Amino acid sequence: MNYIFYFLVVFSIIIGAINGRLQDVINAVMSGAELSVKIVISLIGIMAFWLGIMRVAEKSGLIKFISRLLRPITKVLFNELPFDSPAVGDIAMNFTANAFGLANAATPFGVRAMEEMQAVNDKKDTASNSMCLFLGMNTAGFQLIPTTVLAVLVAIGYKNPTEIIAPTLLVTLIAFVSAVLMAKLAQYLAGRSKVNDKTP
Amino acid sequence: MTKLLNLISLWALPVILLTVLTCGIVKKVPVYEEFTQGAKRGVKVSFKILPYLIAIIVGISMLRASGAIEMFAQFLAPILTKFNIPSDTLPLMIVRSLSGSGAMGVFSDIANAAGPDAYSTKLAAVMLGSSETTFYVLAVYFGAVGIKKFRYALVIGLLADFIGIVAAISVCNLMFA
Repeated sequence: MNYIFYFLVVFSIIIGAINGRLQDVINAVMSGAELSVKIVISLIGIMAFWLGIMRVAEKSGLIKFISRLLRPITKVLFNELPFDSPAVGDIAMNFTANAFGLANAATPFGVRAMEEMQAVNDKKDTASNSMCLFLGMNTAGFQLIPTTVLAVLVAIGYKNPTEIIAPTLLVTLIAFVSAVLMAKLAQYLAGRSKVNDKTP
Repeated sequence: MTKLLNLISLWALPVILLTVLTCGIVKKVPVYEEFTQGAKRGVKVSFKILPYLIAIIVGISMLRASGAIEMFAQFLAPILTKFNIPSDTLPLMIVRSLSGSGAMGVFSDIANAAGPDAYSTKLAAVMLGSSETTFYVLAVYFGAVGIKKFRYALVIGLLADFIGIVAAISVCNLMFA
């Protein structure tokens, strides 16, 4: 991440200078910082609300219940999480919210899942295998109906916008499954190199 | 089918709220106190994310302002035409993983320029709807728990995006071309 951040800044300045757009790059610093604050401000309310609701769900045993229900699937996918981990329930809630296009609710659920996974993580500054798999699932962006895209298509006068739903679903499914498979493969490879490290 | 899914989308949140609060009351959970305790953490988490978000969003805003994406697109354009891919969708492929609002803007540009029923518009719609802003997702979730070393998460996120692009091109080619 250090190199990516460094690369983004230095590369942008150099390319901006070459293209004679240095002023735009400088302006982008200000507008980017402002945009980040705007995003967080708009996040606070919805994050607080859903984390409040989720805390009630946790105290009433609902999250544990969902976690147990999904145990057969998650035992295979998130095999490094302890049995009965509440993270599983949060992951399920996050996945469901994403699938129905409720991005605002999905983020707080996901944050809770990350916190639960962080609690059982050995190295607190380094992502665990479970976290990488979870984020792989999230960046693939599985969604049943692409609501925002449909809204734009309707707005520009697209005749039959629903025809893009099926191909979109198929594509997102392919990306989702490959993200899960790649994460499991990476976990396997990482585990193997760790074993090799220990043998002298 | 679509109507049913829309109905589920509409009812998903109300059902969650009803279930959670009713279960809480039945199990004698002090719902108001626990809710506010949880909400308090939500405020803290939001601010915890901010520094990570600033780093990523400022970096990517600078990159987009520098014109590097257009240069990259020009460089790749000849390869795309070889595979029969409309080159006006190229900026979207590059921006998609970097910036959510950026991708939305590029998509609107494509749709308005190519017209509502053009192949480019369909391809762009499928690409946009089938993926997430990888950098944003990583910054928010890792930022929330203070993870600094992402390990293979970024590589997998970007690879999955790439597979998504290839899949979108293939599927649209079969369905719409």
